[in-house]
Amino acid sequence: MIKAILIFNNHGKPRLSKFYEHYSEDTEQQIIRETFHLVSKRDENVCNFLEGGMLIGGSDNKLIYRHYATLYFVFCVDSSESELGILDLIQVFVETLDKCFENVCELDLIFHVDKVHNILAEMVMGGMVLETNMNEIITQVDAQNKMEKSEAGIAGAPARAVSAVKNMNLPEMPRNINIGDISIKVPNLPSFK
Amino acid sequence: MALKIVKGSIDRMFDKNLQDLVRGIRNHKEDEAKYISTCIDEIKQELKQDNIAVKANAVCKLTYLQMLGYDVSWAAFNIVEVMSSSKFTYKRIGYLAASQCFHESTDVIMLTTNQIRKDLSSPNQYDTGVALTGLSCFVTPDLARDLANDIMTLMSHTKPYIRKKAVLIMYKVFLKYPESLRPAFPRLKEKLEDPDPGVQSAAVNVICELARRNPKNYLSLAPLFFKLMTSSTNNWVLIKIIKLFGALTPLEPRLGKKLIEPLTNLIHSTSAMSLLYECVNTVIAVLISLSSGMPNHSASIQLCVQKLRILIEDSDQNLKYLGLLAMSKILKTHPKSVQSHKDLILQCLDDKDESIRLRALDLLYGMVSKKNLMEIVKKLMLHVDKAEGTTYRDELLTKIIDICSQSNYQYITNFEWYISILVELTRLEGTRHGHLIASQMLDVAIRVKAIRAFAVAQMATLLDNAHLLTGNTQRNGICEVLYAAAWICGEFSEHLENPLQTLEAMLRPKVATLPGHIQAVYVQNAAKLFATVLRSQEGNTDSTTAQETSQLMIDRLPLFVQSANLEVQERASCILQLVKYIQKLQQKDVEVAEEVSALFAGELNPVAPKAQKKVPVPEGLDLDAWINEPPSESESEDEKPKAIFTKEEPKHSRPRHTEVDEKELARRREARKQEQANNPFYIKASPSSQKVYQETPGVEHIPVVQIDLSVPLKVPGLPMSDQYVKLEEERRQKERAEKKKKEKKKRKEKRSGRGKKHDSGPESEEDITPAHMVDIVTEEMPENALPSDDDDKDPNDPHKALDIDLDKPLADSEKLPVRSHRPTEAPKSPAEDGDTESAAPQEPKKKSSKEKKEKKKDKDKDRKKSKEEKKKKKHKHEEGGEDLLGGQPDEPVVQSEEPNEEVALPTSTSAEVSDLDFWLSNAPVPSNSQEAATVAAAAPIPQAASGAAPDSEPDEPKDTEVETKSSKHKKKKQKKEKEEKEKKKKKKHHHHHHHSDGGGEESVQNGTVEEEEPLPPMSNYCLLAENSYIKMVCDIQGNLQDGSQVVVSVIFENKCNSFLKSMEFNVLDSLNSKLQRPEGAGPHDGLTVPFQLPPGVSNEARFVFTVQSIVMPQKLKGTLTFIVKNEDSSTHEKLDFKLHFTCTSYLITTPCYSDAFAKLLESGDLKGSSVRLEGVNMPFHHLLARICFHHHFSVVERIDSCASMYSRSIQGHHVCLLVKTADQTVSIDAKCDEPSLLGNVLDEIKQTFSQC
Repeated sequence: MIKAILIFNNHGKPRLSKFYEHYSEDTEQQIIRETFHLVSKRDENVCNFLEGGMLIGGSDNKLIYRHYATLYFVFCVDSSESELGILDLIQVFVETLDKCFENVCELDLIFHVDKVHNILAEMVMGGMVLETNMNEIITQVDAQNKMEKSEAGIAGAPARAVSAVKNMNLPEMPRNINIGDISIKVPNLPSFK
Repeated sequence: MALKIVKGSIDRMFDKNLQDLVRGIRNHKEDEAKYISTCIDEIKQELKQDNIAVKANAVCKLTYLQMLGYDVSWAAFNIVEVMSSSKFTYKRIGYLAASQCFHESTDVIMLTTNQIRKDLSSPNQYDTGVALTGLSCFVTPDLARDLANDIMTLMSHTKPYIRKKAVLIMYKVFLKYPESLRPAFPRLKEKLEDPDPGVQSAAVNVICELARRNPKNYLSLAPLFFKLMTSSTNNWVLIKIIKLFGALTPLEPRLGKKLIEPLTNLIHSTSAMSLLYECVNTVIAVLISLSSGMPNHSASIQLCVQKLRILIEDSDQNLKYLGLLAMSKILKTHPKSVQSHKDLILQCLDDKDESIRLRALDLLYGMVSKKNLMEIVKKLMLHVDKAEGTTYRDELLTKIIDICSQSNYQYITNFEWYISILVELTRLEGTRHGHLIASQMLDVAIRVKAIRAFAVAQMATLLDNAHLLTGNTQRNGICEVLYAAAWICGEFSEHLENPLQTLEAMLRPKVATLPGHIQAVYVQNAAKLFATVLRSQEGNTDSTTAQETSQLMIDRLPLFVQSANLEVQERASCILQLVKYIQKLQQKDVEVAEEVSALFAGELNPVAPKAQKKVPVPEGLDLDAWINEPPSESESEDEKPKAIFTKEEPKHSRPRHTEVDEKELARRREARKQEQANNPFYIKASPSSQKVYQETPGVEHIPVVQIDLSVPLKVPGLPMSDQYVKLEEERRQKERAEKKKKEKKKRKEKRSGRGKKHDSGPESEEDITPAHMVDIVTEEMPENALPSDDDDKDPNDPHKALDIDLDKPLADSEKLPVRSHRPTEAPKSPAEDGDTESAAPQEPKKKSSKEKKEKKKDKDKDRKKSKEEKKKKKHKHEEGGEDLLGGQPDEPVVQSEEPNEEVALPTSTSAEVSDLDFWLSNAPVPSNSQEAATVAAAAPIPQAASGAAPDSEPDEPKDTEVETKSSKHKKKKQKKEKEEKEKKKKKKHHHHHHHSDGGGEESVQNGTVEEEEPLPPMSNYCLLAENSYIKMVCDIQGNLQDGSQVVVSVIFENKCNSFLKSMEFNVLDSLNSKLQRPEGAGPHDGLTVPFQLPPGVSNEARFVFTVQSIVMPQKLKGTLTFIVKNEDSSTHEKLDFKLHFTCTSYLITTPCYSDAFAKLLESGDLKGSSVRLEGVNMPFHHLLARICFHHHFSVVERIDSCASMYSRSIQGHHVCLLVKTADQTVSIDAKCDEPSLLGNVLDEIKQTFSQC
């Protein structure tokens, strides 16, 4: 079982948090902070597994993470998951994000956290791995986006226009903020190494 | 209307959307909290509007704020509103928000039940999908109960997208509503063979998750998983299955034997590291489970260790980590194989990666020996000094203690050294593990009597230097050791050199800053010390010193009397009064020392941690009964602070043995010794560790060794333990030299002229004698109690509720709750009998299954005695036969009541158990297992022998055996067509002879065939077509769920040396029968077989056909096209076949009760027909079994040579048979509501018997 999936940046700012067990908001924040604390002090060339210890659930759990550019992707899993398998899943996740957002960067995750959730929902459900095939995931995500667009129809048009205008008013919108516009480089790892 | 929409959206464009909110937050870095609170106010306004789009937008923003840590539960109702929007866009927003912030105590959840149900049955698959995803995060017991049935229906949805989600969520439903597990399990099991790999993977996922917690209930699925493992190419699925097998093997060692070979093959062949790693892991689990019985798996161990070494040496830190992790599992059972890689592991201790260092530490635990313990600990102590950051250092500390204390201090040869290590560890600042060090000090001091003097001296030093430990911070965990130090000094004060000095140290004002429980120990032990000091001083002529000591106590104790801690206060005032009284007596020149020390007389024995729990409740004592009637009003009493250790009881209970005179004591001791010697349950000192000496007769006879204090003890803060290492080295060398001398002497004496003998080489474990003769006292336990871990389980574990026997047939009451107003499907079965009968027949069944289980256990025990086992097997088979005839009719109960569950009912417990037994007992282990070979070989021999036995032996038992064999196969639906044919041929040859021959032959074949064939044998499969490349065998089964469907399972076997791929299966549809093709496919398109076949591999695919009329047998022409791929070329090949749908294949074994059967016959709707079979030379039950097996009938009732049988077609036709036999003639009278179907079935039955 996957207990939690966290994405935060190099400064520990949460970009996505998905807990498959209930915790209070305060506990969640504390878990994110502690996880960041544990993960961020590790060098680049050390292994991607960490015994979570006290964090979630106890000693059976592990933190498995990958660090891409400005973002940490952390999965907290128990012993029923294969460590290397989860690493691969993270890779699939990031590659999927890369496909869906066309060259994903931290800003995409910042402004479209709902979309990231929707993509994640096609991969992991209730803490269990649902789908690992990237094409299948993208097909389903696209089909749902299409539905959303068709639903918006005429009624959605003005809203989209306004949103475009809003963005026009701030042409430098993403760039003026000085963090996190480095795109996540997805290394070409052989699947299931 | 349109205007309203446009107006609404125009309003909306001026609302902030999620992006605006995020942007706003980023632009208000300084006053983020303030900005967000204004945003929340806006959101609250938006939520008040009617427009659902506005609400959805607000909820979307709330989801973001929730991630930032804001509590948004106040908007729960609005979230439900958005969830129930008809638009997918908003629905998705609503469900996402719900999944992020709903939980079991969210009260609005109960409002969602109907909405979710509606979404689940929505025609739009994404509505359903979103609802399932959301539900998986917030399902509650109520939701699980109410929706279980709906979700179960979705498990058979046409879209694999929905199926896989429905399958996955079932796990959550089981967790919240365990009652649903049994009714839903058959369908879940069925999904293991779903054509869609995603659904299959989901089912594997769920079952693995379930089985991990309660593996024993899933043992019967092992053959199925085994099949999946050998056929699947999906690494995710493989990993899950292999992990599952890892959990199953400890329960069933025979499974392990079966697994080793395919796993080893995978290890050799796979390129995926993750798969390789899991294979190695499971092989290790297998080896662990086998380690007791089978010593000769060294090849496998070597393979694992060798692969792991490759992983550890890899530059990828992840692989290194995992290699070490797996290595630690081998360590437990095969320490020798790991110890040879000590160099590698020690190297990993220096790795820059903390995770890797921690794993290497784990391994060290198993690598220590008496010889290298000191050296390894020395190395670890160096790491302790270097380690920055408390986590790793704490880990090191616990590891050092673990390593040293493991298996009752087995590896410690010098306890002085150990005590000094502990003392050195106290210098660690800020560690959390003060109490751990303290408990070790106490444990060693109490249990190793010889070390007490040394320990007391060390502890006195510690107390003297307490200021170094307490340091600056109050929270400093290390001050816990003072607790131990004070207690040891007090309890064993007779060993103190200068008790007065220690007493003074314990009464320093600074002590008042220590935590309360430590102060309490200080006070109590100060009293003990006081007693000791008095005794030493009263011997002197000068009485003033004694009085001075009393004065010291009286001066210092008031400090503690004022303590805020009740415990300290109470003890201090007690002792203060006592000392005042003593002082009075002293002033009158009364000798008090004896009496004071009598207060603390007696030895304290170590008590095992679980001893209290193990004290048996005396007979007649009811712990739940009131001692006094409860008072009418509850009086709130102040909780008294709990005493920290029990011995500090009120004074009057202290002098325990003092009243008993010496003789009495001796007598009791003798009696106890006698009793202990005779009591097999008394835990004596463990004989395995050679240093644990037999308990010496009594406390006072313990040889207290004079300790050579060659080490400067009194200098705290100096690494002393190092010197022990040197000392130890010298000591060992001396010993060795002495030994050599002795040996030389001996040799000289002998002088046999044999030349030089080998030098004793590196000293072995046994050569190292401990430095001191120490007595490690075993902890006390109540008599007859064994220390065990079984009571450590967490009673709150949600998985405990899921420990449910899944093999038991479903009972009437076990079904998922269905909403009452929903029309339930009309039962198709003829069994209209009331519930009264339904419960009754289950009884004998359960019993027999239980018996069988017991039998199985027995069998496991003495598996090696194959002959004996054989007998048992025979016995069992007999029972199995009866089971088939008498026990089956309990299935209609379930089937008629639960049309939903009919499909994959687990046949029955007994069948499952014996199936598994059968499957396992045929385990082919060609590589290494001698035992398995003997079992397999031994099985047929006695049978063959009995076949050759004189004819005078009655037929009965052997015949039943043959029969049960086939009946068993029927149940299992596992047998190879080839085997079947051969059997028939054999039968032909032998049936004039004697029947038992056939039985003997058959089982021999069974053995041989299966030995070559690692897959579990398949039943009822007949040859479809064959050429030089491929062979197809098929089995045709009606689909119970759908009256117009027939499922054809085809096994493709690659017979050539090339790779077969792109297989396409196509059939020319007839008017009546059509192959079901995926949507969008043309009526003449072939179906792609979902796998490829490497050479020699076979795999099974299922094809669904729809048939309209089932009254006539049909033949369909078909073609299989495939590509044969060689290294250099590939050719297109095809194979034609004819698929024969017999009428039998439309029948489904449906048990029926005799009264229902009678009613059916009485009803007069059925038309009759009959057939006579001549020259059938087989016993009657054999005949019945054949009809059951080949034609899917079940026996309703049997009286002597007459039996009634029943079956039902997939379209609900009833087929009733009355079978009579007399003198090789069998007459079958049959009735059915469809005469042509009946005619055809009878023809087919005739055909079957004409073949034999």
